[in-house]
Amino acid sequence: MIHLESITKTYCMGEHKVHALRGLDIHIAAGEMVAVMGPSGSGKSTLMNILGCLDRPSSGKYLLDGEDVAALSADGLASIRNRKLGFVFQSFNLLQLDSALDNVALPLLYAGVSDPHKKAKEALRRVGLEDRAHHKPSELSGGQRQRVAIARALVTNPPVILADEPTGNLDSKTGEEILKIFTKLHREGTTVLMVTHEHEVAEHCRRLLMIRDGVLEKDERFEPRAADDGQIDIQVESAGTVCAPDKEKAEVMS
Amino acid sequence: MNLFAQLFRVAFNSVAHHKLRSSLTMLGIIIGVSAVITMVSIGEGARRQVSERIQGMGTNLLVIRPGFSRRRHVRSASVNTLTAADALAIEREISDAALVAPEAGKSAQVKYLSQNTNTTVLGVTPPYLEVNNFELSEGSFFTDADVKSRSKTAVLGATAYKELFDSGTAVGETIRIKGVNFKVLGVLTAKGQQGFRDPDDMILVPLSTAQKRLFGVDYLRAINVSVVSESKMESTQAEIEALLMRRHRLSPGQEPDFNIRNQKELLTTMNEVSDTFTNLLAAVAVVSMLVGGIGIMNIMLVSVTERTREIGIRKAVGARGRDVLFQFLVEAMLLSVIGGLVGIGAGFAASRAVAAGTTWQTAVSPASVVFAFAIAALTGVFFGLFPAMKASRLDPVEALRQE
Repeated sequence: MIHLESITKTYCMGEHKVHALRGLDIHIAAGEMVAVMGPSGSGKSTLMNILGCLDRPSSGKYLLDGEDVAALSADGLASIRNRKLGFVFQSFNLLQLDSALDNVALPLLYAGVSDPHKKAKEALRRVGLEDRAHHKPSELSGGQRQRVAIARALVTNPPVILADEPTGNLDSKTGEEILKIFTKLHREGTTVLMVTHEHEVAEHCRRLLMIRDGVLEKDERFEPRAADDGQIDIQVESAGTVCAPDKEKAEVMS
Repeated sequence: MNLFAQLFRVAFNSVAHHKLRSSLTMLGIIIGVSAVITMVSIGEGARRQVSERIQGMGTNLLVIRPGFSRRRHVRSASVNTLTAADALAIEREISDAALVAPEAGKSAQVKYLSQNTNTTVLGVTPPYLEVNNFELSEGSFFTDADVKSRSKTAVLGATAYKELFDSGTAVGETIRIKGVNFKVLGVLTAKGQQGFRDPDDMILVPLSTAQKRLFGVDYLRAINVSVVSESKMESTQAEIEALLMRRHRLSPGQEPDFNIRNQKELLTTMNEVSDTFTNLLAAVAVVSMLVGGIGIMNIMLVSVTERTREIGIRKAVGARGRDVLFQFLVEAMLLSVIGGLVGIGAGFAASRAVAAGTTWQTAVSPASVVFAFAIAALTGVFFGLFPAMKASRLDPVEALRQE
């Protein structure tokens, strides 16, 4: 699904050249759930920007779902972001003046889909927020906002979802719930890539990439936490219980 | 909901969200549009007023006056070049001259009982009435027989009547002009002030009476000629010129000792003058629109900076450069179109207010409304383009980093 070959990225800061990435080779198969870790300044944000087609590498080859995206124009990249990628940001990045439904429908508008609100409702249902469709982001709790952001990321059914510290701004309990949604997406076949600082978050994934000083330091695969498997299946199957309205209200209160 | 409806809604939300800022931005356009409409309506009103007055005098009128056309300031040196015989010759020889009305006259003291006034006493013939578009409000006009017999009869202009009789009965009364008794036959309907001239401030007497009995002159002040149709104005003017040159024994190269004023030319000139006036007013208003446009650009640039993160989000989920470009263009256009519509309303109101509050006439011309609105919309596109392009070129990574 994702195929990076000797990717480098160099920034010019005045006279100085900063080498953010110094030749990365990463291969991620379809359906994997991968955590990316590394200290600040390690280049993981740069990597995510390149993986997310928000930025272009200085050199190297990037195949996304078989398509060579390293050489695409700005509009070409916009189209790839729209069709093949879903973003989830640490700070949610929702449009404050728009309702949850309109926020979720946003990528569909740029895709030119005929009935964006119908699909947006379906996406909100998948994250258990259909009853909050007409609320503005300011009327939602942090966890609910992040679920709106996830609904926006998956509304176009992209093969890859990229999440940049999706639980960074949430308390651990809400964070757990968000991670369960990612796990569920992974089980449904979506490739999930997640940048994180926390090992507990990384433990939800099946593979860990450690980045340091612009190079891949460690690439390890492991079995998911024993606790995850059986239990999550049950909870995710019945998404309604995880995101039940009663529980939402309690969350808003707190 | 398609992309365009969404763009429109986003733009509308953004305008509505910043009410004060939006209305201040629109103010420039509102003032510009309403100024164009009001100014042009004043200019147009003036033009109509002038042209109605000139048409009131008759557009198929040629006025022949003595004097050198190129040296108007020394005309007094040759006031005696036109004679009644010239008028007769025109009547006889120029086939397209429908009516010929010679006039002679001077200002004179006129008395009725204890009332007296200084007015112009004009010696004329019966066609004068029709040629100059005068009508009788009461009584009758003197006849050709009166002219022949030098009868002492008079017809009063509306102003002269008011000065002498206020509103009493005039027909049948006797007035004294330069010490000579005249019987009043009729009173003319008022035409109203024409610029600095009051055409009603006069008394008409038979031509021969004025020339022989009153002033002792045999020359004319003017010959008014009404031409059969407007299209014959130029040719008739040329024929009369040739005829008078011959009669005055002037060779074709010499300067004529008379000049012919063409009422149609006067109308054209007046229209040109008022068009220039209107254009000048419109130009001033367009400048204010330009200032309004710069205001829009300013606010849009602020808006782009303020919404950098929003642009980043939109780009991250797949908005292309042109999607963002259109979004900001639609917003700029919305500002100018709303401003334009409000400005049209304000323009109509201001034009009414001017007409009600002053003696000026105003007429809102539909063309100026369309023109002002089109300029407003174009201002939106033109001044919105630069900020919109700036927004569309933002780098998504940079934009998302913005707080």
